[in-house]
Amino acid sequence: MTSEKKPGKTARYGMTIDVDRCNGCGACMVACAVENNVPPAHEGATDRKGITWIRVFQVDNGEDYPNRRSAFVPVLCQQCGKDAPCVSVCPQQAVEVDPATGIVGQMPERCLGCRYCMVACPYHARYFNWWDPAWPAGMEKTLNPDVAPRMRGVVEKCNFCHGRWHAAKQLAAANGRAIEAVDYVPACVEACPTRAIQFGDLNRPESAPAQAAKNGASFRLLETIGTEPKIYYRSKKNWVRQISSAPKLGLGKESSRG
Amino acid sequence: MKHRGKIVFLAGVLVALGAGWLGFPRAIYQSRPQPVNFSHKVHADKAGSKCEDCHAFREDGTFADIPSLDKCAGCHAAAMGSTVAEKNFIDRYVTPQREPPWASYARQPENVYFSHITHVKLAQVKCERCHGGEGSTDTLRPYQQDRISGYSRDVWRDMKMDDCVACHRQHGLEHSCLDCHK
Repeated sequence: MTSEKKPGKTARYGMTIDVDRCNGCGACMVACAVENNVPPAHEGATDRKGITWIRVFQVDNGEDYPNRRSAFVPVLCQQCGKDAPCVSVCPQQAVEVDPATGIVGQMPERCLGCRYCMVACPYHARYFNWWDPAWPAGMEKTLNPDVAPRMRGVVEKCNFCHGRWHAAKQLAAANGRAIEAVDYVPACVEACPTRAIQFGDLNRPESAPAQAAKNGASFRLLETIGTEPKIYYRSKKNWVRQISSAPKLGLGKESSRG
Repeated sequence: MKHRGKIVFLAGVLVALGAGWLGFPRAIYQSRPQPVNFSHKVHADKAGSKCEDCHAFREDGTFADIPSLDKCAGCHAAAMGSTVAEKNFIDRYVTPQREPPWASYARQPENVYFSHITHVKLAQVKCERCHGGEGSTDTLRPYQQDRISGYSRDVWRDMKMDDCVACHRQHGLEHSCLDCHK
């Protein structure tokens, strides 16, 4: 949908992830799944068929002991700021970029399940529902009412915890004002024990991602393809910064299954 | 009877149209009365209540929807008038402290996010804009539930997504699907 924007009120949400701080604990993955009503993996799920809006990958520098070094890289939807490949390929217009927040949104209601977007996404950040969601008896009471569960046959992905955005907007309205960028953070940001993940509005120079964007140690995944991701990674290690531009990430294994 | 074929065909069309236009809409909705014969009009006129006196917001901005029994019992612990409706209400619900099983006409489908407070407090939209004259009705109409989806008929009848979009578009507030979907 196109729209007239109200000037001065738009945000461009982004994130910075300090790879040197990430210890691969996976708390972000758990918090994300709980927040966004991602059900426990179906017994038939594999590494490729499980659903993990954010997934922690383990990477290494490819050398042998004693020079081998490892790092953990949480990968989520990179919220492309320009020419998001998933948007242009979708035959259903089920993907769109919200001009008010910059969030790349996925509409399960419109999705027909062709998975073209999953092929197009350079970051493998999109997941397909191979099964209808199911929770163990009693666990449905823990579902988040601000997020609708998705049905079998549609694609889903990270949307910067849009349910939290709604709740923050509502709370701001209760206080008689419009939502501001500092009003909420996604669940992964809140869960990270080392505070490796930080969230903010790239339009505000003082925000963590805006600062990270200027930082020399920052990099984005596959910057050369020009999708202008809004997730800024950061590492002081050269070899970590280089993995981002390699066509093949050389991912040894994932720290966890979906 | 050289027109017999045509007559049979037209009769068939009429039967099919009748079933589709008249029969199906009746069959698909299950109708049930509300638990209490509540009059918005009486409460608005005699008690001078405003919408938000009973349909209030919580501190976090969420909407409390239909008030719980405590709110009703605050005034109706004992009968205030002499109507049968009130007596029934007190006997059935207030005295045994049982919540009336109200059916919400406008409860939205699972994938819809609607915030009352952003509309009422921030945008200054009047309740009547969407709920019409509900606040001045004398009786509660029966609740009609779609037998297949389980949703209230009002979700499709009175306020459809097109109506939401039309108003948002008019005010230049139509940003994305995720504004209202979750």
